[in-house]
Amino acid sequence: MLIELQNVCYTYGAGTVYEVSALKDINLKIGEGEFIGVIGHTGSGKSTLIQHLNGLIRPTSGRILYEGKDIWEEGYDLRSLRTHVGLVFQYPENQLFETDVLKDVMFGPKNQGLSEADCRARAVEALKQAGIPEDLYTSSPFELSGGQKRRVAIAGVLAMDPEVLILDEPTAGLDPAGRDEILHQIKYLRDKRGITILLVSHSMEDVAQYANRLLVVHEGRIAFDGHPRRVFTHYKELEAMGLAAPQITYIMHALHDRGLNVELRATTVAEAKRSILMALSERASLKE
Amino acid sequence: MGEITLGQYYPSNSILHRLDPRVKFIGTFVYIVGLFLVRGPLGYLFAAACLAALIVLSKVPFRFILKSMKPIFLILIVTMLFNMLLTPGTPVFRFYFLKVTREGLIMAVRMGIRLAFLVMGSSIMTLTTTPNQLTDGMQSLFSPLTKLHVPVHEISMMMSIALRFIPILTEEADKIRKAQIARGADFESGGLISRIKSMVPILVPLFVSAFRRANDLAMAMEARCYHGGGGRTQMKPLRYAKRDFASYGVLALFFAICIILGRLGV
Repeated sequence: MLIELQNVCYTYGAGTVYEVSALKDINLKIGEGEFIGVIGHTGSGKSTLIQHLNGLIRPTSGRILYEGKDIWEEGYDLRSLRTHVGLVFQYPENQLFETDVLKDVMFGPKNQGLSEADCRARAVEALKQAGIPEDLYTSSPFELSGGQKRRVAIAGVLAMDPEVLILDEPTAGLDPAGRDEILHQIKYLRDKRGITILLVSHSMEDVAQYANRLLVVHEGRIAFDGHPRRVFTHYKELEAMGLAAPQITYIMHALHDRGLNVELRATTVAEAKRSILMALSERASLKE
Repeated sequence: MGEITLGQYYPSNSILHRLDPRVKFIGTFVYIVGLFLVRGPLGYLFAAACLAALIVLSKVPFRFILKSMKPIFLILIVTMLFNMLLTPGTPVFRFYFLKVTREGLIMAVRMGIRLAFLVMGSSIMTLTTTPNQLTDGMQSLFSPLTKLHVPVHEISMMMSIALRFIPILTEEADKIRKAQIARGADFESGGLISRIKSMVPILVPLFVSAFRRANDLAMAMEARCYHGGGGRTQMKPLRYAKRDFASYGVLALFFAICIILGRLGV
């Protein structure tokens, strides 16, 4: 197991009037090469959960293991853990600070103690993978467009060459084209570099299309954990949590209720199309 | 970060929470003046008793009030040391060139008590009053100054915006700090220079975001036709209730006792 959480609990502001229990007894195993979608309502604890994975937050109780070692044990090198587990925060463009794009992306590798040349090589590679054209390398990060800024910020984490990449709502506030670009790039990274991905998202469609495992976080607990198809069959419970299954799930259920024999577990438009056409031709052949 | 009690509201429903902010503002002022009027042990005992009564009435746990003392602890120690060493008078003991006098010791204790009570007294006000109420109260108290062309409304508006932004910017700073730590930044080790340098990745984004927020806020205010204080009314105008007049009575009594105790010098 790459990352393992055992009975992790976390309480915000313990001992004050503002005490909130954000995570309650979380048990979780994350394997190498998984593409995990994390879904939950605002305030469900999903952001708190992912900040535990690279040691930014210390759990109130419970253990977190990375490659079998307890990260909160005396003498564990948390800084090196953070280079293995890259975390891209929500609105990561707010963390840009350098005078030009290339320097900003080199910040991570520099902190890892690499030589100037190595830092540059890493940064250029990360920028390429994030789809930033070369002529922008020398411009100020504050002059870029919103989508470009975000991709530069993601490159800043990628340049550290992590084994696990966690992204907290990387598509929030982007237009559909920008959203697709970012999601494609994430998928490309996973296929090309084989890194494990955790994608926090509000959009069930995004998660259904890319993730092969889905975690639903609700009120500080993991409510569902499984393949998106399996999780979406609980769409009524998801609704009760203020979430919703992909729209396709609703259409397929409605068609099924009207007597069309379609595959209920289809989650993407392409799958649905195939299944509906098949059901229609089946019905046509029955009538003949 | 995020541990600034001075100016941090403690939600509760005590009589002090419900008092008019103007009463609390004037009350704090009177208490501070009273602290500097009394001179003898009896006077300080009286001030301590009043403070204790206020703390009980406010229903704020004592450790929250003590927390507000933390940032001034160093100032307190330094003030006491200076008073102890630099006041001329009959020496109690000598240590090389340092000389501690009887008068110095008394002065140090007096200053220590005054400072501690002053901070605790004013933190009771900030703990029981929301920042908004506080600025409303100030605006209403200082409104006569408008006649002298002092922009009272603008000042209080700036204050309430500044107060409102403190928690937002604290949160933002914390988020940026975490994001940079996630990129391997190190804020803990190294000498003074390298530590100051390591703040750049936090400060630059923080300034950028502060300016962006200020811009957005200005636009939102203009969109709602804000154009300064002229003719503006309040949703919840401040109105004195019976308990507020009663409190003014108690304050007057407190002040009178302080004057008498100060005159007697006990």
